[in-house]
Amino acid sequence: MAKQELIKQDGVIDEALSNAMFRVRLENDHLIVATISGKMRMHYIRILPGDKVSVEMSPYDLSRGRITYRYK
Amino acid sequence: MAKGMIYHKTDEEIELIRQSCLLVSKTLAHVGSILKPGITGSQIDAEAEQFIRDHEGAIPGFKGYHDFPSTLCISKNEVVVHGIPDDQPFTEKDIVSVDCGVYWNEFYGDAAYTFAFNDISDEVKKLLKVTKDSLYKGIEQAIPGNRIGDISYAIQSYAEKEHGYGIVRELVGHGIGRNLHESPEVPNYGSRGKGTKLQSGLVIAIEPMVNLGTKRVAQGDDGWTIRTKDKKQSGHYEHTIAVKESGPDLLSTHEYVEEAVKNNQYLSEIE
Repeated sequence: MAKQELIKQDGVIDEALSNAMFRVRLENDHLIVATISGKMRMHYIRILPGDKVSVEMSPYDLSRGRITYRYK
Repeated sequence: MAKGMIYHKTDEEIELIRQSCLLVSKTLAHVGSILKPGITGSQIDAEAEQFIRDHEGAIPGFKGYHDFPSTLCISKNEVVVHGIPDDQPFTEKDIVSVDCGVYWNEFYGDAAYTFAFNDISDEVKKLLKVTKDSLYKGIEQAIPGNRIGDISYAIQSYAEKEHGYGIVRELVGHGIGRNLHESPEVPNYGSRGKGTKLQSGLVIAIEPMVNLGTKRVAQGDDGWTIRTKDKKQSGHYEHTIAVKESGPDLLSTHEYVEEAVKNNQYLSEIE
């Protein structure tokens, strides 16, 4: 059975939650809870509400994502 | 693209996966032997489920997976993959992709074959031949030292660049073992030299999905069925392979199913 690829979308940080989790408003206005990727943690990249970010989500759970990039 | 933990399998584990894949291959062959115009997907699915369960300890791999309702994915004509078997009788003009999975001895097997009835057009016959060949071109690249991107590039350049078909982007091949879908993802499009490095013990399912027309696909309202956006036909073939020092080791085989197709008067052989 074929596996569905991870979906990449852009969004804006709405709110910072605890434990490096953020509420992200996607381009289609959905709110999801996203965690920060390990690579971004490693490089100490800070994310604040209002930042535009790139998120990847599994097609199997569309309410959670992983923040993989912060735009300048 | 996210990376999860990649499990490399020992030789013993690979042999268990081979057993599951062998049963998948034989189930596909059984489907090939009973296919005929007028029979329905539901009937084929029931036969396949019985065939699998007749082997002690084996169960269908897809049934119940994220609530998938059947043993087989039966994808007719413009349905690319994940078609749910229904009561529509097949006709002489159809191509039918059957994808089957088995869980046996704690390991999964996964393979697929597209069957062609006799009254299909030459261009559809060519689509299936190219899809099948692209699978083998991808398998050829599965040697230690290469990367997933080499497999992906081989499939894409053959089917898309050389023959102008559409390679589906949204669905991908995958690692397989104790779980049906494991890391790494094996896309059917990509660049050489990119992606996870292939090491001995890696077990992956390579499954090119090639569309006659556009590469764009859409999901149906049932939450599963994937159709081509332009409603043109799509081909799908799949093998589970193990990467070994000596090169790719096919764990599933199309030998049995192609023998069944040869002996079935209602089906056309693809080359």
